[in-house]
Amino acid sequence: MPTPAEFYQRDRDWHPPANTPVYKTSVTRSPQYALLSLQQSVSEITGPTFGHNDIDPMDRDLIHNYAKDGSSAIGERIILHGRVLDENARPIPNTLVEIWQANAGGRYRHKKDTYLAPIDPNFGGCGRTLTDENGYYFFRTVKPGAYPWRNYVNSWRPAHIHMSIFGTAFCQRLITQCYFEGDPLIEKCPIVNTIPGLPAQAQLVAALDMNASVPLDSIAYKFDVVLRGRRATLFENRL
Amino acid sequence: MVQKLDYLKETPSQTAGPYVHIGLAPGAAGFDIYRQELGWDIAGPNARGERIRVEGIVIDATGSPIKDVMLEAWQANSEGVYAHPESPGEVEEGFRGWGRVITDFETGEWGFDTVKPGPVPARAEMGRSVRPAAEEELVDTYGRGHAGLRQMAPHINLWIVARGINIGLNTRIYFDDEAEANAKDPVINLIEWERRRRTLIAKRTMRDGMPVYRFDIKLQGEDETVFFDI
Repeated sequence: MPTPAEFYQRDRDWHPPANTPVYKTSVTRSPQYALLSLQQSVSEITGPTFGHNDIDPMDRDLIHNYAKDGSSAIGERIILHGRVLDENARPIPNTLVEIWQANAGGRYRHKKDTYLAPIDPNFGGCGRTLTDENGYYFFRTVKPGAYPWRNYVNSWRPAHIHMSIFGTAFCQRLITQCYFEGDPLIEKCPIVNTIPGLPAQAQLVAALDMNASVPLDSIAYKFDVVLRGRRATLFENRL
Repeated sequence: MVQKLDYLKETPSQTAGPYVHIGLAPGAAGFDIYRQELGWDIAGPNARGERIRVEGIVIDATGSPIKDVMLEAWQANSEGVYAHPESPGEVEEGFRGWGRVITDFETGEWGFDTVKPGPVPARAEMGRSVRPAAEEELVDTYGRGHAGLRQMAPHINLWIVARGINIGLNTRIYFDDEAEANAKDPVINLIEWERRRRTLIAKRTMRDGMPVYRFDIKLQGEDETVFFDI
């Protein structure tokens, strides 16, 4: 059992602030008072753990996990893979990674999505997996389409996959979005632009990874995720 | 000229968006895909302690309910043990202490069933070189708050995401029938404005013989809920 220790403080200048007028919905959903800084206790350094009994191996294959027998989802076949690391560059094994996305036409399978692009009967749009002992994960899916949304009159989301990651502690909990190298909509996106710096924005763009592509089958994108790192217990422990 | 530190930067957060249910609660999005969705049973069948329900609504700056929010709860069992190797003690078979909660799409109301958590250990004193805090000293000279105290009052940790929330919001649910423990709680006592402490305390009523706690969350405006940078 590792010695309990705190996690590094979150760099709030690297993340988007709460109130970002370019993304209009944030204006009424952002706290105005300063967050109260809390020294971590057992409530923050612990978090839920998951095992292979919780999920099925098929859950990571979005091309087939909702398709009828013998069918597959329509779209550009991709592999999304990478590692979950902490800020000390150590892999985080056995952590749950969940994704969701629109189909190749930019339509979500959700009762609240009424965009005119069609539903793909063989595509659900969600997947989940556990990282292996090296922090590695992969999904097989189709590249999502761009779609319009109501922010400015003519706003379009770049192709993106939503990702939820746990780590080992509740204070590492993170939801983010993965974009794709070369997409001209990224720099125009109000949601991307909630993030103040270009280097931080670039961290959300998956790289085209020809080495991991499967010839005549699927093209690959690599997307590493970094969760908060943890102090070494050099001094006496206050937790 | 200086050596380079080789830390990585944390991946920046992005909003969960309006369709978070597809990924994390697909049944609510309108389709059945997984053998089991995660997070619907927080305490499990064998948990000891008092069975309770917690309900509420998340309200935006205009006073309107937010209907596409998702909350995650993280709590200790009735003996104050988290289901995690770094929390000393054992939890009951099937107790995970973690749950997912979404709102009714029409009303914005949410609720979950669980057991009431017990008090959990607080941080230790600031160090042996520092004098121990007096029993009645809830916040130390620097407002660090945790010195000298051994327990936190029973609470459920909450993490809130939604369309329009750029980075998940952390808060805590405390219980109004724990007035004595709450009065000594080091986190509640960190809140300088006593008026704001109330925003973290759920109100208990009984319904059909079951305790129901009400916990409304205000993202902005009058009586804005206290959120933490943890």
